[in-house]
Formats: sequence, C-alpha cells, structure tokens
Amino acid sequence: MAGQEAGASAHKDPSQLRQKQMLAEYFTRLAQAPETGGRCAYTFVPGNLTELLLSFDVLPVLPEINALQSGMRGKSRDYIALAEKLGHSEDVCTYVKCDIGMLKSGNIGPTGQRIPAPSLLLLSYTGCFTFVKWFELLREQYRCPAVMLHVPYQGDGRITASMRSYVVDQLRKRVIPALEQVTGKAYDEERLRELLARSAAAENDFSWILEAAKNIPSPIDAYFGGVYYISPIFTAFRGTPEAVSYYRELRAEVEERLRLKKGPVTPKGELGRERYRVVVEGPPNWTSFWQFWEMFAEEGAVVVASSYTKVGGIYENGFRHDPSRPLESLAEYCMGCYTNLNLPTRTAMLARYLQEYRADGFLVNSVKSCDSFSAGQLLILREVENRTGKPGGFIESDLVDPRYFSAANVKNRLESYFQMIEQKRRREGIS
Amino acid sequence: MNSKDAEELLERAEALYRDHRLQSVREWKRRSGGLAVGYLPIYIPRELLHAQGVLPVGLMGGGDDLEVIRGDSYYQSYICHLPRSTLELGLNGSLDCLDGMIFPAICDVIRNMSGMWKMLFPDKLVRYLDLPQNFDREIGGKFYRRQLEELSQDMVALGARPLEEESLRRSMAIYNENRRLVRELWELRREEPWKVPASEFYLILRAGLVLAVEEHSRMLENYRMHVHADPGRKPMDQARVLVTGCFCEQPPLGFIKTLERAGCYIVEDDLVQIHRWFHRDIPLEGDPLENCIAAFLEDAVASPTRYIGDQEKGRELVERARRSGAEGVLFCAPSFCDPALLDQPMLVAAVEKAGIQWTGFKYTENLGQFQVIREQAGTFADSIRLWSGV
Repeated sequence: MAGQEAGASAHKDPSQLRQKQMLAEYFTRLAQAPETGGRCAYTFVPGNLTELLLSFDVLPVLPEINALQSGMRGKSRDYIALAEKLGHSEDVCTYVKCDIGMLKSGNIGPTGQRIPAPSLLLLSYTGCFTFVKWFELLREQYRCPAVMLHVPYQGDGRITASMRSYVVDQLRKRVIPALEQVTGKAYDEERLRELLARSAAAENDFSWILEAAKNIPSPIDAYFGGVYYISPIFTAFRGTPEAVSYYRELRAEVEERLRLKKGPVTPKGELGRERYRVVVEGPPNWTSFWQFWEMFAEEGAVVVASSYTKVGGIYENGFRHDPSRPLESLAEYCMGCYTNLNLPTRTAMLARYLQEYRADGFLVNSVKSCDSFSAGQLLILREVENRTGKPGGFIESDLVDPRYFSAANVKNRLESYFQMIEQKRRREGIS
Repeated sequence: MNSKDAEELLERAEALYRDHRLQSVREWKRRSGGLAVGYLPIYIPRELLHAQGVLPVGLMGGGDDLEVIRGDSYYQSYICHLPRSTLELGLNGSLDCLDGMIFPAICDVIRNMSGMWKMLFPDKLVRYLDLPQNFDREIGGKFYRRQLEELSQDMVALGARPLEEESLRRSMAIYNENRRLVRELWELRREEPWKVPASEFYLILRAGLVLAVEEHSRMLENYRMHVHADPGRKPMDQARVLVTGCFCEQPPLGFIKTLERAGCYIVEDDLVQIHRWFHRDIPLEGDPLENCIAAFLEDAVASPTRYIGDQEKGRELVERARRSGAEGVLFCAPSFCDPALLDQPMLVAAVEKAGIQWTGFKYTENLGQFQVIREQAGTFADSIRLWSGV
C-alpha cells in the first residue's frame, strides 16, 4: 500500500521491490483498460471481493489506496483543498476529499497514468459508514451503475447464520447480477473456486509472516513494514498466482532473517538492537509515513503487531477463503475485518497481542479522519493498560491531511513514551 | 384548554426536555412496574417494545445545560458532542433507571459506542440494531426480521412479556395515531407557522421521547386545541425556511429560538425525526411484524443514514421544500457529523439546481453563543423577504 516516490531514497527489501513492480503493472493495466476493453470496479479495501471481481475479469480500483498514495506523494494537500473549496466540510474524512480532489484534477493515479472511470461502483459497506456517502458522492460524478453490499456489524462479537445468509443473498441476488450485466459474462463458480484456493495459499504464508513477529528480535515491523506486506493480499492481487508467489518469496525472506536473527529493514537500513516492542492501534499517517517510521526506528522500536494490518481481514483465528463454500466464505471474510468487530472484541484482541507478541507497550495512532477506528480508542487504551499492565501511549494525526501531522509534537510524545517504558523497566529491574 | 393550561403544558414539555435524570421514566416504572429501555437516535421500532410492555426512551444527548467532564475524557476533539454527553449521563447515574440500551445503526461513532457501553456497563443489556441497507423484502427484510426477533427475545430475557401478534397490532395502531397527531400539527405549521412555533413544537416532540405514547398523544391533542384557540398567534413577516441536517445531535433550544427571532418560520425540519420516520400509517392488516419491516424498507424518509440507491440524491429534500412552501433551506449540521456533512454537498447541489436559496451553519448541542447565528440567519431571512423574486 505504500507509495514509491516519497520513500525512494529509503532502503528496501527485495519483496518491497517486487511489490512495487506488481503495483506498477497493475496501474498500467488499469490505464490501458479503455483501449483494451478491460473493465474496472471501484470498491473498498475492508471486505473486498477481489476474487469475485477477478472471476469476471474486472479489475478492482480502491479509492482509499489512491488517496493514501496521493498522501505519500505530497499531492493530498491540494486535492483536499480543492474538495473543501467545492463545499466538502473540513470535519469529514480526508480520504474522501482527497479522492474527490484527485477526480476533479484528472484522476491521475500514483504512477502518473489516468485511472479509468468505473464500469461499476461496488459499495462494500464494511466497517465504515463513510463508505456509503463516499460512493453516493462518486455516483453523482460518474453516473455509472452502483451496487451495494451491506455487511452487518459484529455488534455482539460474533457472526450469526442470519448475518451470513444476508450477505450471501446480496451476493447472489445483487452483486453477481450487477457484475453479469456490466461484463456480459455469466457467473463462473468454478473459476471463483480456483481464485479462492489461491487466496487460501497466500493467506497461509501471510499469516505466518505476521506471526513471525512473536520472535525476539522480530524479523519484521508489523505496522510500517506491514503496510507493504498487506498490500497485495488486501488489494487487487488476492487470488492471483502473483500473490501466491509474492507471499512465498516474502516468507522465505522472513525465514532467512529469522535464521540470522536479524531485525526488520527500516527506511534507514537494518534495525540494529531491538529496544522496544510495541503494539499499535490505528492506521498510519501517510503524508509523513517515512518520517513517522524513522521516529520509531531511531529509538530502536519495532511494531510487533498492529490492528491496521487486520483492516482488510483477519487470518490469525484460522480463517481462510474456502473454495468449497465460495460465497459463504466471502461473506465471512467481509464480516471478519477489524473495523467490523465490536469494541470488546477489538480490545481483547489488542490485549492478547501484547501478551503473545511479548510487547513492552501499546500505542494508539488516532487519526482524525476515521471515526470507525478512532471512536472508542481512549477506552480501548485504558482497558488494554488495565488488563496487561503495560504502558499505553497516544498520538494524534490524520490519514492524508498534512495539516494534522505535527512532527515535533509526535516525536516528542514518542520519546516521552519510550522513556516511560525505560523507567518502568528500571523499576522492575529489567535491563 | 385555557392559556394557563397551555403554559403548563409547555412548561412540562420543557421540564421533560431538561430532565436528564429521567424522573418521568422513573415514575412510569414505579407506576407500571414495567421495563424501560433507552435508544440513541434516529430510529427504532418503538411499537415492538411497547407491545411487550417496555417503555422506549429516546436519548438525544445532554443539550446545553449538562456539564460534560468524564464523557469528554473518552473522546478525541474531532468526535461530535452527543456521545460525550450521553456517556456523561451514563457515568453519572442519570440513566440507571434504564434496563437496557439500543444503539441503532446511524454512523461509526454510535456504532462503536454500543461496544463502549458493553464495556462500561456490563450489567446492562446492550443491543446494536443493524438496520438493513438493502431494501428488498426478500433480502434486507429477511435480515431485519431476524434483528427484530432477536431484539424481542432480548426484551423477554430482561423480563418483558413475549411479543404477540395482537398486542403488536394494538401498539402499531397507538403509534399510528401518535404519528397522525404529529403530522396534523406538522401540516398546520406548514400552513400557519405562526400558530405552531418551532421552538414549542420541538419541546412537544422531545416529550414524546420519554413519555408513554398514550400520554404523549394526549399532549399533542391538548397542544393542538390550544394553538387553534389562542387568538394571540398572529402572522408576522417572516421567511419560511426548511432546516435540515439536525437529525441526530440536536441544536440547543436557544438555537431554534434564535432562528425564529432572526425572522425565520421553520416550516419543515429534521428535528426528532423518529416521529416522522414514515410517510404513512403502518397497515394493521396481515402480519404486523412484516408490516413494520415493510414500512422501514419502503416508506421511510430519505435519511442521510440510509443508502440512497436508485433515487436521485436530494430529491426528497427538494420535494419537502416545495411541499412546505419553504423559501430557503438552512443546512444545520452538528460539527463532525459524518452523515450530515458528507451528504451536504449533494444536497446543496440539488437545492441549487431547484433554484432554492440556502445557507449553512454548524453547531454543537452545548452551543452557547447565538449572535453569529442570529446575524447569518437574519441576513438570510432578509434576503428572502426583500430580494427573492427580484
């Protein structure tokens, strides 16, 4: 999910370079779609239906990804300003405003190529109410067919049969017919099964990679580095042979780092001594992504687990896309994303991460734009502290609005936070 | 009803509006021995609860006379105000007479609040009511039915009587009557807004959130009799406006009065929207639960919390403006209200296309300074009165 230009000077793993190439090829295919007759559907990351779209040869376009890429490339400030000039409130999600601004500025994607207009708006309403409004806004602009998939929230912390059949009914009676109509192709369940089988293979490796951070030292950074790891699986590649081989190679790379007891690769190269292991809740800031990461790396801090890497789906509980029950499996995937979980479940999960990943503390990066993540985070913070006895820290920033990233303030808070961990260690006699 | 009675009626309505400790609910529980369950805006099917002998209690935050201290400590500065004050009321014991809480699907803040409530009040029933965004009876309807059945079972688990067809039908008739009385006043306000000032009507509607529906219907009837009989209610030279965006967190009463004093007749609005969630009565013939579901799917207002699929965005707002004879639209949204503020650019476009003048404000429920609002609304009203049609 990370951009290329802003971090061009940073050190990169081979897997990061491979991913960069995959993304470039994807954006080229997208840009060429009007000439090649290809079709694309705009949709969202949480609970995405990539396999279903690919089974119809429809390429997914993810507006959140375009927005974060714009943030990393220093373009979001102007896009947001343009949207606000057009009447969008300063109070609302900056992903939306960045996307609207990008659209109004020619819809040029991260590789400098134009992103084609959608053949279909597939509104997968999973874990974020803003998605509904976002696609109502886009529909006004594109005047193309739109189909809604309402994914019920796990208000009671579980998926019921009624919730599952509601999603499956919508897939069968709304989403699939809309895709058939747009593409002129019939639903091919066998093809979908093949894609889902490949998803499961990639998911096995992906899940192993994230859990590798349980080792000391952790071979990966599961937040900043994790952003790269989640990119193929949560976007346009799940179900493809490229994703399978990407995760196989990435796993081999992590296995090797583990064998050599090496820490993660940060923007400034390999991390030396791992001094702090932290769990992070909330999405990263994208406009100062590298600077933000460096603040951690300079302190020897590694993020060993994060909720953001679960935003597109959670695999640690054993979930895998299941080709033997394709639509049910897609439904469960949609309902299982992190922001579709209720607060008690999120809290329990984060407290568990602190124990299982042997973390020293818990940090919240609270982003102004995202109520879905942010509303309730202060209670989560207290609860996780109470349950684990580990110190909690709190930073505020935004997704793609650079006005809300105060580097000096964030750095100051992080330094104080790590000092707090240090003092706690001294008190407890831990070196 | 004489003027003293009318004065008392309005005083009672205002007392209920300011009664954060829900004394009327406590008294109702003492009298009836029944259960009371709170709900957040905007809509829940109150008929169901009523049919099981449960008093539905609408909560709309703490207004402008509640000091929020603990509630603030749970929310960042960029979250709207209603959840802070609601949490404050929960934490200071004001809501302890409620046997449970229902959080309907409105936005991410209220949705997440359902989980916070579970964590902070583990002994209370908490139900997140996932209102369907698919409006097909065979899809969303089926899902919604299950949601309602689960809600009903929750009430039974609390000690309420089971839901029965006949009692549900009776409750639907009682709520139909209540909504009909609201509609009548609504129409009267459209035709003769000087008879039904928005600041009074608002208090009467707010009373309906905490009173038993039967008592609220009597209040509506009495108020209607009074406004018809009161010779002092004379027309003034005011601009007719539609106020929209204020469906969840409510503006303070002073805000509504300020708009009126600034020269606006509010002839249509989104305030306390549950009373007008449906355009028509819910039919009583046939399966009553199915009728409640069908009404929600097919006859509800175009709330910003509902996905507008095939319809054009803003069409219903323009129709409301035309039907009510509004000469201008006031977009009044709470700060940081995603549903209202994300909707606004689309609604503004629709209003402009229809050639209707508009202006916009933001507010919080505890807003205390109205001078700027008065100036802006006054200028807007003047522009309508003096310059429209020029």
